[in-house]
Amino acid sequence: MSTYKTFATDVLIIGAGLAGERTAIEVAKHGLDCIILSLVPPRRSHSTAAQGGMQASLGNCAMGEGDNPDIHFEDTVKGSDWGCEQDVARLFVETVPIAVREMAHWGVPWNRVVAGKRTLPDGRVIEEKKEKEGLITARDFGGTAYWRTCYTSDGTGHTLQYTMDSIVIKMGITVHDRVEAITLIHDGEKCLGVVARSLRTGELLVYTAKSTVIATGGYGRLYGVSTNAVINEGSGMFLALNTGIVPLGNMEAVQFHPTGIVPAGILVTEGARGDGGYLLDKNHHRFMPDYEPKKKELASRDVVSRRMTQHMRAGYGVESEHGLHLWLDIRHLGEKHIYTNLREIANICKNFLGIDPAKELIPVRPTQHYSMGGVRTNIDGHAYGLKGLFAVGEAACWDLHGFNRLGGNSLAETIVSGMVVGKKVAEYTLGAALEYSSRLVDDFVKKDEQRIKDLISGKNGNENVYQVRAEMEQTLMNYVGIFRNGPDLEKAVARLQELHERAQKVGLRSSGKGANPELASALRLPGMVRLALCIAYGALKRTESRGSHFREDYPRRDDVNWLKRTLAYWPEGSELPKLEYEPVTITELPPGDRGYGEQTGREEANHG
Amino acid sequence: MANRQLTFSIFRYNPQTPEIKPYMQEYRLEELPGMTIFVALNKIREEQDPSLMFDFVCRAAICGSCAMVINGRPRLACKTLTKDLPAKITLLPLPVFKLIGDLSVDTGTWFRHLSLKTEAWVHTSKEFDPKAPEERMDNETALKIYEAERCIECGCCIAGCATANIREDFLGAAGINRVARFMIDPRDERTPEQYYEVVGSEEGAFGCMGLMACDDNCPMELPLQIQLAYVRRKMLAQGLKLKVEDKIAL
Repeated sequence: MSTYKTFATDVLIIGAGLAGERTAIEVAKHGLDCIILSLVPPRRSHSTAAQGGMQASLGNCAMGEGDNPDIHFEDTVKGSDWGCEQDVARLFVETVPIAVREMAHWGVPWNRVVAGKRTLPDGRVIEEKKEKEGLITARDFGGTAYWRTCYTSDGTGHTLQYTMDSIVIKMGITVHDRVEAITLIHDGEKCLGVVARSLRTGELLVYTAKSTVIATGGYGRLYGVSTNAVINEGSGMFLALNTGIVPLGNMEAVQFHPTGIVPAGILVTEGARGDGGYLLDKNHHRFMPDYEPKKKELASRDVVSRRMTQHMRAGYGVESEHGLHLWLDIRHLGEKHIYTNLREIANICKNFLGIDPAKELIPVRPTQHYSMGGVRTNIDGHAYGLKGLFAVGEAACWDLHGFNRLGGNSLAETIVSGMVVGKKVAEYTLGAALEYSSRLVDDFVKKDEQRIKDLISGKNGNENVYQVRAEMEQTLMNYVGIFRNGPDLEKAVARLQELHERAQKVGLRSSGKGANPELASALRLPGMVRLALCIAYGALKRTESRGSHFREDYPRRDDVNWLKRTLAYWPEGSELPKLEYEPVTITELPPGDRGYGEQTGREEANHG
Repeated sequence: MANRQLTFSIFRYNPQTPEIKPYMQEYRLEELPGMTIFVALNKIREEQDPSLMFDFVCRAAICGSCAMVINGRPRLACKTLTKDLPAKITLLPLPVFKLIGDLSVDTGTWFRHLSLKTEAWVHTSKEFDPKAPEERMDNETALKIYEAERCIECGCCIAGCATANIREDFLGAAGINRVARFMIDPRDERTPEQYYEVVGSEEGAFGCMGLMACDDNCPMELPLQIQLAYVRRKMLAQGLKLKVEDKIAL
């Protein structure tokens, strides 16, 4: 028998971003014991990087007047290109105003309505009402009928995470930071916890729990250039996939944000366009109104990203040593606005580009940003296939976003899913008993010990983990991007299969001792390549265009054949994911036109 | 013009192998346009030495993970461009914090302890009512709270602080700023007396020697000096009041 430290708890939460922490607060409120595992201290989580805001139809500001959950629902479903679960979307829009107010109660310094007249950058004059003064205000974001995105200047994710974590600390919830879950322990029916590796010492640890919640965020770093933090490697998703029983939903739905800076890929918030910023081409022409006369720069992200790419392909991109890009222009918003409401952008421009956005143009292009797909769960956040396994936030696919997520709906989702799923986790856990055989746990640990030994000894080969990884990143960048087609996707799948094989043959070049970073990467690599294959293979098989998934060879949405969700399984020993499909839940809004001028886009793309 | 050849001199020590004493190791690297310490360290790890330990998360100066001492100054490595440095670059882990290995230090535990010690959460007797609209707040107040809330707990102010380096229990600029954030917040019902318990001591606002390296080193350019003065003024007023009351009691 192996010796290892074991921790037992009622609820184990993997990930201490907003979704994980909100779930923890909810289960702790129910009197349950809870441990959060996190790769990094909670306040370093990627949730903090969300600059823009959180959508909630409070309707306090002048441009939000008349807004309500029904309209938020409609925007979300249209944004998803009818790929989302409408019962989930309904639950979400009804809960999110409460979530925003609860965060205010806990300490988030939301920007507030200031009464009086002001002139917008486009010349419109609006008047904020006296009776609304001091209530939570909102800004404009893409794909929304009203100004609905609540914010704290340019640091919404930061203030939400710090406030959430202050409650976690206040409640005395246990957090084990610098601990990485590497395998889910299960008996084929129930999830029993995880095998984890300490990123301080390298030792293996066991956590047993009645319920396990995956809250690990997205997989952005599968792509060579992403706005995501470097820890966003999809770990929770491949933990679930590796069970062979739990499917991932809609992995081919990958969001590209219109404005990542070139070349670093760091995000410039949608708030820049929401507050009145323009996109310009190499001739300094504002081109978005040509394509999208109504929504202009503020169509949904998938549409704007496609239009930008299309415009660059038509020869209007700015040439640079890092390839083609376009310009983001916020100069006309004025120094005062830029240095307060958009200060983070000013800092990013100064630090990483050496420019002042109040005076100069910002080089941008669409950059991988968000994972709509994830661990497939039901509306309670309970994963398909294993009892006692839940998922929340970006790691999950309870399916609020379908094939495209609206800006401001991700922060909102993290908190709402934490509230809703946290309650369901508590209910499940209160009725569950923790029964497992120590033999089973031991077998799981032994397997991981063996993997580590083999990586250190180089028993299976001497592939370089960083090289295989770089090739995977490049494959997704080159062949599974914004515009997709059959031949490219076939190439991607073939290449990724080859990389999947090579990923099993990695041998370390360093000793692997202690908190060795090469070992950590090597342990993740096979799972990451599997996720990449789920994305590429799912995209190859989906012969239609929907939301962010755009096939040049199938440029139309096909509701007859494809109004369904992809479920990707990875049976043990398999070389490709096994794909199944399930219907999308439509309760209120039947499929229709998104109203972004999308149709014309498809015609144009169709003609090259 | 040919790219510069950079020499990195990096502190090495793995507490898991204590038999190997701490040492400085040199790596050579060709400088690339726009290269940051983030890019450089990852290149070194991937191409030369995969055992090298360091921390990055957001790589966009938002998360506060990557503070280290770069040519003698605590800074965020992700936003430090090599072109602003000489060809010889020395990297050391932040002092004060517990070393995890090489350039990686445990700021997380330190800051969680700080939050516990200063009870850095809104103290309110009110219950949240999910059906009620939010309580109103003046936007200027919200902006003021945000200004203090912007701290990313990177530890640069602590590492560069003479008091924190000699006095283990000193809250440091980040701690005092954190307290100021809640003092400004009208939702927090703590009284000056209660705050005095938290920061009215040598561990808190009165431990500072006034060297103000924190203000110079803060990568978020927080007005730490002003926040310290604010907290000190409040605490001084409270301290004097207590003294007067003491006298009356006598």
